[in-house]
Amino acid sequence: MTYIPISPKERDAMLETVGVKSLDDLFDAIPVKHRFPKLNLPAALTEMEAMDELSGLANANENVRSDLVSFLGAGMYNHYIPSVVDHMLRRGEFYTAYTPYQPEISQGTLQAIFEYQSLMSALTGMDVSNASHYDGATATAEAVNLAFAQYRGKRRKVLMSPSLHPQYREVVRTYTQGMELESAGDAESDLELSPEAFASQVDDNTCLVIVQYPDFFGRVYDYTKLIEDVHAKGALVCVVANPTALAMFKTPGSMGADIVVGDGQPLGIPMWYGGPSVGFFTTRKNMVHKMAGRLVGETIDSRGQRAYVLTLTAREQHIKRERATSNICTNQGLIALGTAVYLSVLGKKGLRQVAELCYQKAHYAARELNKVKGYKVSDGTFFHEFVLECPAPASEINAHLLEHGIIGGYDLGQDFPSLANQMLIAVTEMNTKQEIDTLIEVLSEVDHG
Amino acid sequence: MANASTTSSPSAKIVEPTIFDLSSPGRTGVTMPASDVPETALPPEALLRPDLPLPELAEVDVVRHYMHLSSFNYSVDSGFYPLGSCTMKYNPKINEDTCRLPGFLFTHPLQPIETVQGNLALMFQLQEWLKEISGFAGVTLQPAAGAHGEFTGVLIMRAYHKSRGDDKRKKMLIPDAAHGTNPASVGMMGMTVVTIPSDERGNVDLKALEAACDDTVVGMMLTNPNTLGLFDEHIEKVIELVHGCGGLMYGDGANLNALLGIVRPGDLGFDVMHFNLHKTFAVPHGGGGPGSGPVGVAAHLADFLPEPLVGIVEEGEDDTPPLYGFIKPAKTIGRMKAFHGHFGGGFVRSFTYIAMHGPDGLKDISQYAVLNANYLQARLRGTYKVPYDRICMHEFVAEGRFEGSDVRALDIAKRLMDYNFHPPTNYFPLIVHEALMIEPTETENKDTLDAFADALIKIAEEAKSQPELLHNAPSTTRFGRMDEVKAARELVLCCWLPENYDVNA
Repeated sequence: MTYIPISPKERDAMLETVGVKSLDDLFDAIPVKHRFPKLNLPAALTEMEAMDELSGLANANENVRSDLVSFLGAGMYNHYIPSVVDHMLRRGEFYTAYTPYQPEISQGTLQAIFEYQSLMSALTGMDVSNASHYDGATATAEAVNLAFAQYRGKRRKVLMSPSLHPQYREVVRTYTQGMELESAGDAESDLELSPEAFASQVDDNTCLVIVQYPDFFGRVYDYTKLIEDVHAKGALVCVVANPTALAMFKTPGSMGADIVVGDGQPLGIPMWYGGPSVGFFTTRKNMVHKMAGRLVGETIDSRGQRAYVLTLTAREQHIKRERATSNICTNQGLIALGTAVYLSVLGKKGLRQVAELCYQKAHYAARELNKVKGYKVSDGTFFHEFVLECPAPASEINAHLLEHGIIGGYDLGQDFPSLANQMLIAVTEMNTKQEIDTLIEVLSEVDHG
Repeated sequence: MANASTTSSPSAKIVEPTIFDLSSPGRTGVTMPASDVPETALPPEALLRPDLPLPELAEVDVVRHYMHLSSFNYSVDSGFYPLGSCTMKYNPKINEDTCRLPGFLFTHPLQPIETVQGNLALMFQLQEWLKEISGFAGVTLQPAAGAHGEFTGVLIMRAYHKSRGDDKRKKMLIPDAAHGTNPASVGMMGMTVVTIPSDERGNVDLKALEAACDDTVVGMMLTNPNTLGLFDEHIEKVIELVHGCGGLMYGDGANLNALLGIVRPGDLGFDVMHFNLHKTFAVPHGGGGPGSGPVGVAAHLADFLPEPLVGIVEEGEDDTPPLYGFIKPAKTIGRMKAFHGHFGGGFVRSFTYIAMHGPDGLKDISQYAVLNANYLQARLRGTYKVPYDRICMHEFVAEGRFEGSDVRALDIAKRLMDYNFHPPTNYFPLIVHEALMIEPTETENKDTLDAFADALIKIAEEAKSQPELLHNAPSTTRFGRMDEVKAARELVLCCWLPENYDVNA
């Protein structure tokens, strides 16, 4: 009974007040034949033993800080997290609170989310942000829901760029399978299309075009013209953005995007084997009533003080029930707080510096790799991730790199059979010149057999 | 930053400035190392953003700001939080350390499986434990939250019917006491909701259920124990009726904290159910997330689970452990989110928690959660009307209103803050007038429960003698009641407005 603070004496007194003889007597409503099953689970561990067991499991991994050097990204990135972020997240007042349904005693959470919304608006160049979504992929699926609702179901086609993250595309498909919605545009043959040529597939039935920035292959395009073209055909554009890149490159908002979503993990959240991260979701003022997820708005309290509350709740499941725009209830409040602390402490200068470090190191790596015989880096503007064409299947190259303690790039052949010899290399501020040089050295060996 | 004020009224007292208000040009909280590689020219100017309107603060400013904010929050670590249907139990501190072990924190979800056998073993074991606890044949850990798990479950139910060529099932049966996320999940799928009333003892009304059961039914979504805190006395009959018309039985796992070691939903005949790791298995809720909503299914639905699941891809031998990896169910509904689920936030903490409880400890959790709820119900009986007055499970619903008084549940909730308690859930379930839904959880001692009952009894007296005390509550807290209408009418969702930002600052 490690976390149950009731003594046997108290228990007996309480049972008497309730009017039953034993704890088991509280469960008469349960069918007898299924009552009190014997669970086949290991016996309880003490805290000391549990720590030992969990440490053993953690140590059975090879992590990318002390065991391996990593050039893997593809949607989740190894960035430096200032100590202050976790110190704030470890405040019990933040992490052991619930959704702020009682604003008088939840102003900490509410103001922090309000600031998160403001920071995400600033970063994306959009008018409004919600209080967060599960991750970048589910935020993208919610963008489809918003576009579908915006046209009241009269436009039933979503055009997804072939260079949108493959897992995001899968999630959109999973989410929309009950909606009689057509998703198009991600044929492998479309891979070589420029954004403008891709947009030619927009028709009168298209409600949303989804592009990524930088795209899954790391390329940075100015989508201004594409967005104009899509708007001319009456559809909306959602840009899936990497938030670190937004510290340096022009905002999707300034290009005219209607919805900007993405994964906030690069902003101070550990990779944690893929989760939890945080999905950000921003849009234009005129679509705020159709946006999924919680919103925090500013108001005043009965004493005239500036304060914050959950607002526009009529859109949500607890009032509209089956007519709600989304079923989202829990979001990623604490992780959103983490990104807010990260953005606050890095600020205008620090985040730009992180972005430029990523850019400089990735470009150095690309330039040097391009010089190695048998390897070729794709042309075009990129941020911190790029496609490397290899002289052998990426899986073979990666197996060799792993023998040298290096996790290579993401093997693109897994999602695109025609790209079996290509990998997606990510370089962040965490990669030193020495690590990059070692990568180049080991790859040179592979070519020489 | 110039002119970054907010739109609140000029007379407003600033309690804690926003992070943007605190900014001063030229400050920074972190200095990154200089670049160690030869320089590359920046991309063309036309692709770059002209300025980055983020605040500028030193680390100490940031720490003090968020510390001030934290002091405005009520939390489980600071007091009793009996928020019904939310299971706000104490979150053991060791979980905060185990989930932050570097071996977990710094692993990439796409790393080769050979390098993350610890993570995969943990996930595999957690899947197995959840199966054993719930009586299901298959478990996916991927869903990000309870509502996400519900959506997953509904997709699985739909896929199951479709795979049998049974396309006419479009109707989901949902009791009137259900969580709002249930109908919302169904709405997202383009199905229709048929509401089933509760009977006078708070069970599903069997006659109404029987009348609604036909060959267009996808299934029923049932929270059991339900949101009145009651275990359905006819659960076996309910499931028989739904199965009888070819429907599937969905269990909303939000109230699983009452059932650990007491009864397994899979044994009762439920086909699919989500778990809320953040409720039942002590993952802190973080002021609104992250949650984690694994889904369990009976054998006939296992092929439809979202991908990927963790499985053994190479059997072990005497001296070598098995190789864990990912497997794709044969008829999978697809992927519910990028990567594998809330590993660090959810799985590691829940694994730690289950490992430290074992089978007997899990049963203790539910028994004491139920004892605490029944004790509070007994203490309040006579003062507050309990509309469905029988042995409850881990929570119960009372009415927050009194004959001849205009005091409402909301007033009682706000007044509780003056006694330093977090209020119960109000106005839910919808079928109880002025509902106060109280869930004490197993991690409270008798003194706390007595103090809470005493406060509620005192408040009931105040409601009659000094109702204005309640109407004006809270009065001892840092903030008073909120103008929610203003928030919705004069929508201010951002303290940074482009027109207020001086790019030359």
